[in-house]
Amino acid sequence: MIGENIVELKNISVSFDGEQILNGLNLDIKDKEFITFLGPSGCGKTTTLRLIAGFLEPDEGDIIFENQRINDVPAYKRQVNTIFQRYALFPHLNVYENIAFGLRVKKMKDKEIKEKVEEMLELVNLKGLGNRSIDTLSGGQQQRVAIARAIANRPKVLLLDEPLAALDLKLRKDMQKELKKIQQQLGITFVFVTHDQEEALTMSDRVIVMDDGKIQQIGTPQDIYNEPKNAFVADFIGESNILDGKMLKDFYVEFSGNKFDCLDKGFEKNELVDVVVRPEDVDIVPEDKGQLTGIVTSVAFLGVHYEIIVDIGGFKWMIQTTDEHFVDDKVGLYIEPDAIHIMKKSEYSGLYGDYSTYSEEMYEMNEINELAEEEAQ
Amino acid sequence: MNTSFSRRLINTPCLIWSAIFIVVPLFIVLYYTFSDGNGGFTLQNIYELRLYKDVFVTSVIYALIATLICLILSYPFSYFLTKISVNSQKMTILLVMLPMWMNLLIKTYSWTVILDNNGVLNRILNLLGFESVKFMGTPAAVILGMVYDFIPYMILPIYTTISKIDNSLLEAASDLGSNAFSKLRRVVLPLSIPGVLSGITMVFVPSISTFYISQKLGNGMILLVGDIIETQFKIPNYPLGAAMSLVLMIFIIISIAVMNKFGDTDKGGIMI
Ligand SMILES: Nc1ncnc2c1ncn2[C@@H]1O[C@H](COP(=O)(O)OP(=O)(O)OP(=O)(O)O)[C@@H](O)[C@H]1O
Ligand SMILES: [Mg+2]
Repeated sequence: MIGENIVELKNISVSFDGEQILNGLNLDIKDKEFITFLGPSGCGKTTTLRLIAGFLEPDEGDIIFENQRINDVPAYKRQVNTIFQRYALFPHLNVYENIAFGLRVKKMKDKEIKEKVEEMLELVNLKGLGNRSIDTLSGGQQQRVAIARAIANRPKVLLLDEPLAALDLKLRKDMQKELKKIQQQLGITFVFVTHDQEEALTMSDRVIVMDDGKIQQIGTPQDIYNEPKNAFVADFIGESNILDGKMLKDFYVEFSGNKFDCLDKGFEKNELVDVVVRPEDVDIVPEDKGQLTGIVTSVAFLGVHYEIIVDIGGFKWMIQTTDEHFVDDKVGLYIEPDAIHIMKKSEYSGLYGDYSTYSEEMYEMNEINELAEEEAQ
Repeated sequence: MNTSFSRRLINTPCLIWSAIFIVVPLFIVLYYTFSDGNGGFTLQNIYELRLYKDVFVTSVIYALIATLICLILSYPFSYFLTKISVNSQKMTILLVMLPMWMNLLIKTYSWTVILDNNGVLNRILNLLGFESVKFMGTPAAVILGMVYDFIPYMILPIYTTISKIDNSLLEAASDLGSNAFSKLRRVVLPLSIPGVLSGITMVFVPSISTFYISQKLGNGMILLVGDIIETQFKIPNYPLGAAMSLVLMIFIIISIAVMNKFGDTDKGGIMI
């Protein structure tokens, strides 16, 4: 179902006030796919969307739409619609007229507009609310109007800039499902922006992890999670224990003072590497059966599982397990070969330490909150 | 109880102020309107106003024309002003406001220097080989004076409402296929109506009640309500002057009420 390239960004650079915001960005977006930009605040996600929508021109590089260069095509002529971060609904128009806006601009007949708007209202579950004014709607309803307004024009590509960020958790989950459903139903390419990694992983066909104006990795959610390209991606997506290691030979790696079988190959002999082990992939075993041994320094119960910090030779590991353990227990760790992921060294190596500050961070945050509360009284 | 007491304390000066400067003068006007000059009640003054019907009509027409011209000049000016850099906008608005801080009489008087038969404009015309033109005393000169004096009150509210329109709304309109003209028609115009309405009110009201402009630039050839009211108080015929003032005031209040009904002013306009 996912087809040819519909949007291509070729070697795009953008700078504001002499500061480089996007740096040689290359990206192909395929027809009918759900692709998501994921990255920390300020990494250039919105800027990239604005390039595609036509609100911004790149300093360098080409924007291609269906094999045509569209750098000079103004926004209003592009077959792309946007759902803005803060919806940008027209306050002087009611729900019906907001949705009809694009159709009226296209000079569609009143009767066709009516049919189309009714169809959209039904699609986003707002039947009967056409006459309501925008400021009487709840956040979730406004969100739906924004969706209906954008897709009423049947764009080939829909850009969504953190559309769910303002909604509460429950509503956000519902909208995630609905958006996904709408996308599949209409067969429109969705380019989605979020900084919520869970949202990115559950909704997308492909995820683009960005940092500092550069694409760090593009891949399916599984690829991104299981095979992070560098320490940034490993740290940003989920929890990770990131260790310094040495690749002794293919399928054999040394870290934390022990040697492990693994599934990775293609590195130089004795190449220094970053090793990722996800917290849920570590088994806690009796001390004498472990490949590594250490002491439990903290235990937190999170409902589904425990989050346990184990000190192994000074490096604090995070481990998620359903078994209960206690602080000061001596435990062994066992790691299966397929739980080990090897990455090349990168500019991000060494930036992400162990979990030694983890519980203290939580503690400090609590303290700050308490202080703030006291001051508020 | 505590809050209501402190609130009363804050409100008290305001109430006293309103009483002295608004309510008392109103009652004085009312008193004279219905007084025969000897302390008796009469409707004679109101009845006499019919003789001045034409002056009232002329005033309304002049004020309407001045307001319309102000609007036609101010809207495009304000719209394009919002398109330039923020610093230039601030500078321009400062220039627009500058004449507001100058005395109305001086501003109007300066125009006589320009428009006089031997004034600056005619001398330039003569230099270029044209005959002198009589500007002073023409309706055009009076309208010009009104437009010049009051146009800042049109520009400011319109500029304010247009510049407050969220840029993302304009981007949304482009996104949905609107070119520049369609954005203006479908988004900017409707959202700036509160500013337009308050601009209209703020130009119409002083235009209809002015007397100095028509005296100086109209050379006494053009009589407006303001002029005849002034005359009555100079004669002095207080009761008739008061009756005229009262009618003018009621007319203005009705116009403002109509304006406010057109748009909800709380959406960005300045209410007076
Ligand atoms: N018009 C502008 N002028 C100057 N700097 C800008 C402009 N727009 C964006 N920037 C800068 O570019 C960088 C990237 O901005 P962008 O909005 O793309 O980030 P983002 O990834 O969308 O972040 P967020 O998750 O917070 O929305 C930021 O440092 C921002 O300050
Ligand atoms: Mg953003």
